[in-house]
Amino acid sequence: MQSTTLILLLGLLAVGAFYFGRDRSLSLVGGPGKGRALHSLPGYYGYFVAIWVVLPALALLFVWILLEPKVVAALVVDGLPESYRSISAGELNLLVNNIRNLASGDVVSVAVDNDLRRAAALFNDYSGMSRVLLTVLVISLATLGGVLAWRNIRPELRARNRVEAVIRWGLIAASSIAVLTTIGIVMSVLFEALRFFQMVPWSEFLFGTTWSPQTAIRADQVGSSGSFGAVPLFAGTLLITAIAMSVSVPIGLMTAIYLAEYATSRVRGIAKPLLEILAGIPTVVYGFFAALTVAPWVRRVGESAGFEVASESALAAGLVMGIMIIPLVSSLADDAINAVPTSIRDGALGLGSTRSETMTKVIFPAALPGIVGGILLAVSRAIGETMIVVMAAGLAANLTANPFDAVTTVTVQIVTLLVGDQEFDSAKTLAAFALGLMLFVVTLCLNIIGIYVVRKYREQYD
Amino acid sequence: MGAKRTRERTTLQKVEAGLKRRRRKELIFKLSGEIATGVGILFLVLFFAILLNKGSSAFQQTYLQLDIEFSAEVIAPGGQLDLQYADFDGIVRAALQKELPEISGRSERRELYRLASVGAAYQVHDVIAENPGLLGTTQSIWVPASADVDMLVKGNIDAAVDEALRTLSDQQIDWINRLDEAGRLDLKFNSALFSNGDSREPELAGIKGAMMGSFFMLAVTIALSFPIGVAAAIYLEEFAPRNSWSDLVEVNINNLAAVPSIVFGLLGLAVFINWMALPRSAPLVGGLVLTLLTLPVIIIASRAAIKAVPPSIRQAALGLGASKTQVVFHHVLPLAMPGMLTGAIIGMSRALGESAPLLMIGMIAFVVDVPGSFTDPSTALPVQIYLWADSPERAFAERTSAAIIVLLAFLLLMNLAAVIIRRRMERKW
Repeated sequence: MQSTTLILLLGLLAVGAFYFGRDRSLSLVGGPGKGRALHSLPGYYGYFVAIWVVLPALALLFVWILLEPKVVAALVVDGLPESYRSISAGELNLLVNNIRNLASGDVVSVAVDNDLRRAAALFNDYSGMSRVLLTVLVISLATLGGVLAWRNIRPELRARNRVEAVIRWGLIAASSIAVLTTIGIVMSVLFEALRFFQMVPWSEFLFGTTWSPQTAIRADQVGSSGSFGAVPLFAGTLLITAIAMSVSVPIGLMTAIYLAEYATSRVRGIAKPLLEILAGIPTVVYGFFAALTVAPWVRRVGESAGFEVASESALAAGLVMGIMIIPLVSSLADDAINAVPTSIRDGALGLGSTRSETMTKVIFPAALPGIVGGILLAVSRAIGETMIVVMAAGLAANLTANPFDAVTTVTVQIVTLLVGDQEFDSAKTLAAFALGLMLFVVTLCLNIIGIYVVRKYREQYD
Repeated sequence: MGAKRTRERTTLQKVEAGLKRRRRKELIFKLSGEIATGVGILFLVLFFAILLNKGSSAFQQTYLQLDIEFSAEVIAPGGQLDLQYADFDGIVRAALQKELPEISGRSERRELYRLASVGAAYQVHDVIAENPGLLGTTQSIWVPASADVDMLVKGNIDAAVDEALRTLSDQQIDWINRLDEAGRLDLKFNSALFSNGDSREPELAGIKGAMMGSFFMLAVTIALSFPIGVAAAIYLEEFAPRNSWSDLVEVNINNLAAVPSIVFGLLGLAVFINWMALPRSAPLVGGLVLTLLTLPVIIIASRAAIKAVPPSIRQAALGLGASKTQVVFHHVLPLAMPGMLTGAIIGMSRALGESAPLLMIGMIAFVVDVPGSFTDPSTALPVQIYLWADSPERAFAERTSAAIIVLLAFLLLMNLAAVIIRRRMERKW
């Protein structure tokens, strides 16, 4: 039986168990009118039984699904003749894959001999057996749990507390998924990065100035030695981020000031949602716009002014990224400005300063920490932005500060190294994880500082 | 005395002397604020204008009317309908030849055949498969023209530029004009865009495969992230003791919301594909990655919604003897639901537009078939946009814009739904 139908069946069993449990609790005290003699509401006895039906069976199902392929593969390999046992782990993996494909009638990459055919038949036997065994075990475990719980029902059983404890644990599990995600990110990126640093020393990665990740497949190949100096990537990322920030910080800040201090409520009512639309546009759309509209425009303007402009210039990607970040900067700056108490503003205005003087000399300094925190978050966003640079910035790892040149960024390289077929033991693919580690660490630091500053500052005036 | 007073100015005079300058500064400051706000809005307007201008034409496609002869010798050689191996291309070519009978010579004819899309043969196949009674008759059928013809008709290929610089020869343009004059060319609604998967031929390429991929992915995402996110929010707001663990969880969630999306893609690649050996390019894996990505958004929104429920409601329920869990699930949760739903929709719209993590888990494959399940190889709408944006054909640029318009329309609908839910169901306490 398929595991989805098995889960559906468990659901049906649970519904049945609920009614059985509820009715038993009532019949123990002598009918629906006597429910007051029970510790909990009758429904809780129903839930109690249903939980015992579902949870153990579901746990078994998941463990089984996780372990089944490995166990079956091991059994099949055990059944192979002697000659197959001595091959290496990689070849064995390939062999198991072939057996699996043969068993399901897919394409097989080697000549099919009798051994293989026998193994495939064995594989089908074992998988079929495993499926039958799983169905039987899951259903009997569900029934067993249900019957035990059902027999356990007594009027003084604290069914509500039991059920609520299970709910509580469920909630705790849900909230810990966020922590697990972070751990998962750190683990997955760190382990692969460590493997990378075994092949390439970390000092070369952090301080080398040549990035050319092509590695030779054969020893006699020319020009593909593989060089993993990531400085040009960091420089390119910083260049594009700097361009983006020099667009988004002034515009976002002035927008926030204008909307908070000058705009009539009608203007604000129109302008704010419009800017929010800007924040909701997917980045791939910005990327398309950068590559097909802004980049040719930058090139035309730049060349008419006598500069030599690459067709995938850092300027085009940076400009569009800056526009994308405007709403983020303006909304965070808006929060910071609005957090300054009105009494401070009124005091300055009452002493005769103009609105702009109040803003630049009183409110802005008071809101500065919050604004800086917001800008840090915006920088982290710009560093991690992927689609715009993948589509509009180049692949050439130039070490330059000229915005008209093509540069490449950390995220672009991660995408180019990992898109397509990969093997997980070459320095080339592992380099992507090392870059991912750098990206994660840097953005994490910026985020922690940014969030801390924004939050601390907001509380200061409360 | 008088002379001294003129030299030592009064405060009022000092203020008045600087007033002009200060007023000018005020004006400049205000003006720069207006300009800044204008720049953002101007970009938005410009962006939509360019997009509509470029993309709206892709909703139409040039069709070619041909008199197709369903000849029995070709389609049903032995009296039996041979749908698999019959030369439908030949039938289309013969029909084209009939339109312009004077064309002879190998290379000229080959040029002529290029005017019809390769999809024309599929269409002839479908017509006869659906209605075998047409065998032996001649029918006038509208078939898709090739992308180059389409571009010429829409004015994207300029007949005035040098012949070597365009994809159509002078001769072909002449033929197209003659077909047009004969009423054989027409712009019709581009149904292929909404009913086909991806294709190398622009005139046959559609976004249905990508839309189904996105649909399956979002189904996984909403089914997982909404219950988990709401449960996590309930725990953190209502149950969690104020200790270092709940602080850690809180800091974690805020950080996760700001982690670059591509890092989630690395996580998906390492954990779901390499470690758990789930299939590549599958909407299931994409949905799992997007679940982790949207979870912080939904948790933060749900917490805000729970916080907005006034404590008096909890106290009243507790006072009537409800347990803590009953208070939360019977009273707080229903009242917070509109806010939670709004947060979920915002999270989903973010997931729909996300593409960087999907590139990492292989959802960037060229997929012609429309996916039919959670494990079929598929792509997503934003990734399809990325793939088409990379294609050099002009016709794909137009279709990319059209796909973007469709994507933005979906996002607009989702946000509209969020706004309506908020307006309709939100209560002020």
